[in-house]
Amino acid sequence: MSLELVCPAGNLPALKIAVDNGADCVYMGFKDNTNARAFPGLNFDQASAREGIRYAHAKGKKVLLALNTFPQADKWQRWQAAVDNAAELGVDAVILADPGLMQYASRTYPKLRLHLSVQGSATNYEAINFYHEHFGIQRAVIPRVLSLAQVEQVVKNTPVEIELFGFGGLCVMVEGRCSLSSYATGESPNTCGVCSPAKAVRWEQTAQGLESRLNGVLLDRYGANEKTGYPTLCKGRFEVNDETYYAIEEPTSLNTLEMLPQMMEMGIAAIKIEGRQRSPAYVEQVTKVWRAAIDAAKRAPQAYNVNPAWMAQLGKLSEGQQQTLGAYHRPWK
Amino acid sequence: MNLPAFNIPSPIAKAISMLPTYPPSFVLSHVLNLALGRLIDPAALEPLRGKLIGIHVTDAGLKFFFSIGNKGFVARKSGGTPDLAFSATAHDFLLLATRKEDPDTLFFSRRLLVEGDTELGLIAKNTLDAVEMPRFDVAELMPRKVLGRLFA
Repeated sequence: MSLELVCPAGNLPALKIAVDNGADCVYMGFKDNTNARAFPGLNFDQASAREGIRYAHAKGKKVLLALNTFPQADKWQRWQAAVDNAAELGVDAVILADPGLMQYASRTYPKLRLHLSVQGSATNYEAINFYHEHFGIQRAVIPRVLSLAQVEQVVKNTPVEIELFGFGGLCVMVEGRCSLSSYATGESPNTCGVCSPAKAVRWEQTAQGLESRLNGVLLDRYGANEKTGYPTLCKGRFEVNDETYYAIEEPTSLNTLEMLPQMMEMGIAAIKIEGRQRSPAYVEQVTKVWRAAIDAAKRAPQAYNVNPAWMAQLGKLSEGQQQTLGAYHRPWK
Repeated sequence: MNLPAFNIPSPIAKAISMLPTYPPSFVLSHVLNLALGRLIDPAALEPLRGKLIGIHVTDAGLKFFFSIGNKGFVARKSGGTPDLAFSATAHDFLLLATRKEDPDTLFFSRRLLVEGDTELGLIAKNTLDAVEMPRFDVAELMPRKVLGRLFA
């Protein structure tokens, strides 16, 4: 199977730049809370979605649409209309998390290809196969909690294609189950499509350092040369027993370049790049690096070596101080 | 196009910082108005209407202030804390303007400071990101052409 590179597009220029630089697929969302990057000014309206799909298809690339928040009971029609719109626009697949929406999509548009979003939080083959049997899910994006050995077990026991995250910001990674943001702001990804909504975020340069606050809660205070991260509760430094430290998780970026040959060997269908909230410049730089890496790994898997220039480029784009292989690299079971 | 890194020499910066802020703000707001309507959808910037926006070019010691009114961008005299303020060096602003760098990247590495209303900042960033840049045409920037548009 050929490994696909799936790149983020928060707007039309990012979509085009991803396609131009070697993405096999781009994923995007509509301009509302039907997707988990519902930030002001981001995402696609009808005209830009149509143009984006036209552009990608003209170059033989695919467009995936994220409809990966959970419909709220009083606004179900919004999510239903988004599925209708996606089918009408002719996207290559919709990425869903909610079983109710999967049922609607699979019954109404039997030919529409369905992907299981990472927000669906399926971490074992039983769960994935359940979605496959009931709704015909053809691909699943795996939450960033499994080791590579565990991913391999999943791949061996399901007919569903498996997509893994390859690069991008990491959070506490209980995807689809995290409501930390709601704790401080009343809004979190599953229900409102946003973690740490911008309206609740304040950055302020003070005499003690650069402070980030979420709805008034002090998340972190950065020294002059410290790299910052996204203003989320999981990445804050907190006082615990008279000690101030990253009590939940340190800001890091996932980078799995060195595992590419193993991922290909075990039959992973696609590598996903995080970052629909980032600008076209990020999309261009990340897409170039991953295209080069995937091509190198396909050409000669045995001779594959991570080019230091790739690592330097991705390091520059990363959030926080470091990059990690995340849960993928974990010798214990 | 690769931009060599540069910093504005401090004697020049010192001289610039002593100049009044209104004239450069006036020029900047007119340049931005050239893009409004043609490239930028005015409706997208509606939440920014009436807000005081500051741009601080740190190495040049240069500050611009403007806001968005009925007819587009308007130069403003400083006064009060801006609702939204961006600070970076001239070189980094240039990298952002030419889409060579991602604002989050510069922000993480402390080269870009965004203060004030984060949501307004995000609206500004995402609106500019969504602009489809026309092919760069140097002729468009010839003084006669720009002046012609300014006083049209």
